[in-house]
Amino acid sequence: MKVLVRSERCKQCGYCVANCPKKAISFQEEISATGYRPVVIDDEKCIGCGICYSMCPDWVFEISGEGGDK
Amino acid sequence: MAKAKKTPAILTKQMMFCPGCGHGLVLRLIAECLEELGQDKNVIFGIGVGCIGLAGNGLDADKFDALHGRSAAVCTAMKRVNPDTMIVSYQGDGDAYSIGLAETMNAAYRNENFTVIAVNNTNYGMTGGQMSTTTMPGQKTTTSTHGRNCDITGMPLRFPELVASQFPGVAYVARGTMTTPANVNKLKGYIKNAFEAQMNHEGYSIVEVLSPCPTNWGMTPLQSVERIEKELIPYYPLGEFKTREAK
Amino acid sequence: MGDMMKGNIAIAEAAVRAGARLYAGYPITPSTEIMEYLSDRMPEVGGVFIQAESEVAGINMVLGGAVCGVRSLTASSGPGMSLKQEGISCASDEELPLVVINVVRYGIGLGTLDSGQSDYHRGTRGGGNGDYRCIVLSPYSVQEAVELVGLAFELSEKYRMVAEIMTEAALGQMMEPCDLPEFKDATKMPGFIDGKHTNPRISPLYKNRIKEAGEIKAKYEEVKANEQRWQDGYLDDADYVFVAFGIPGRSTMGAIEQLRAEGHKVGFIRPITLWPFPEKAFEKVNPNVKGYITVETNALGQMVDDVALTVKRLRRADIPVYCLPYVLGVPAMQRIHDDFLTIEAGEMKEVY
Repeated sequence: MKVLVRSERCKQCGYCVANCPKKAISFQEEISATGYRPVVIDDEKCIGCGICYSMCPDWVFEISGEGGDK
Repeated sequence: MAKAKKTPAILTKQMMFCPGCGHGLVLRLIAECLEELGQDKNVIFGIGVGCIGLAGNGLDADKFDALHGRSAAVCTAMKRVNPDTMIVSYQGDGDAYSIGLAETMNAAYRNENFTVIAVNNTNYGMTGGQMSTTTMPGQKTTTSTHGRNCDITGMPLRFPELVASQFPGVAYVARGTMTTPANVNKLKGYIKNAFEAQMNHEGYSIVEVLSPCPTNWGMTPLQSVERIEKELIPYYPLGEFKTREAK
Repeated sequence: MGDMMKGNIAIAEAAVRAGARLYAGYPITPSTEIMEYLSDRMPEVGGVFIQAESEVAGINMVLGGAVCGVRSLTASSGPGMSLKQEGISCASDEELPLVVINVVRYGIGLGTLDSGQSDYHRGTRGGGNGDYRCIVLSPYSVQEAVELVGLAFELSEKYRMVAEIMTEAALGQMMEPCDLPEFKDATKMPGFIDGKHTNPRISPLYKNRIKEAGEIKAKYEEVKANEQRWQDGYLDDADYVFVAFGIPGRSTMGAIEQLRAEGHKVGFIRPITLWPFPEKAFEKVNPNVKGYITVETNALGQMVDDVALTVKRLRRADIPVYCLPYVLGVPAMQRIHDDFLTIEAGEMKEVY
């Protein structure tokens, strides 16, 4: 998995969704314990570029560094 | 081109900022820069009064919660007695540019060797969205309910420009934002330049950050980002107003 | 005895010798010489001098020094002291050791340039928001001022409280022979911020205020029990006891010598700690005392309230407490002497 998602931190701001170059991020359907619809990443589409990490104000993501260029 | 990225270690607990608020992102960039410069165990923050109070116990570093507006004075002394420790004054626009304008300006005037990170969201966030010195003309706030009338309240304050033009000896002045990945990268570069200027004892440095405030702007986070791009950046240009002297 | 020294200069030098290595402040008559002297002396001893843009900036700068473990002081008077109240409240909340020199000038608002004692209530009760106390010390001579500066640093560090030297214009400006103390250790105090997060502090927004209230109360009770200081004389046979501090205390002691020589049984208590108020001194007074008289340089009488509270609680509720508020300046011994005779003749009404 290229990106670890700590969904309990996600506040559904949408910055990662809007900026992902591969449109790999979306909001899940179920509402979390904190009252938001946290994001999920489609690992197939993800290229591990790290833009989601860069744009996130709540430190949801950890980029593993796996997966080469695509 | 994958590169491992992990939240800096000095950010230990999630903070209670509003969804889309810029504080969490700015703090992360500060922490990344401190780590990359080897200063994450050699730093003291002067924390302003405002939404930043919500940082609470999630920042694992020395800090002092200054009285409202006074962080520049506190940081002046902290740096004078600890010349080799990174001193970062982290304040909002209300704290630094309204109640604290005298202290903020005088520290710049004296070219004190610490770094100010001023997070500008064009209102007093913590107290519920009152007008600030940086509120835009026509902007509705809880104390300018029909829109800010600049004829009687003054035009929004561009503090970095004032410092760069009136205090020519200062080390580094910049304004950035976090609306796009490119802007986030540039902002990180500005913060790093400011910290390096301090480490080199070059003088005063300030980085202002245009930050979204969805709650008090009455917008979604993405609409707030659009407001910054369309309305704020034309008035508050991004860039470096004073670059570091070549040595 | 030592060389002739001006009060303000002696106080400033005493602070340096007590280990102070940061001064930040703003000039205001009659305290300015402290700042001027330290502008050279602090850098000379490897300390930091900052000319602040205001008293507000000044108090916040010394807060910054104190939280880093540096012994710090500021000095001011009148409206400048008013500006510092927010900072003093903050220092009290953060439990920072800090010394503030108040060279009192009489008056409210802009005030005057005359010697006075009109800050007593504010100093002993705290002038910023919330309930807190500061240790308040009042010297009656330049020599005693020097000693109390050292004590102020010691007590503020021991109890993590602000210690105010409440002196006055006359003492700040006059010259007397004075011996200066030896230099004390000026290395940083342990337990404060060092950049490495060695001593984490809790932000005011996250403290347990209920628990803390009990702890603060216990601390102040400890200070009250252990740190009262005063000078007294002729208490065991006194019919009337004068209570006066600072330079008016000195005039009063002189008047008492005159009165005793004339056969009047008068005694005195000269508080040296204004807070904690020296209640223990009053336990030594002749049980048949007829009345207490405060001598103060202010308009309304301030310390008289504390004397009344103390004596009526400790002894009998019906003891009269008189006040001689001489407004400003230095009261003449002759004036105190003559006003006593008026009191003794039953021609002045008591305050309490």
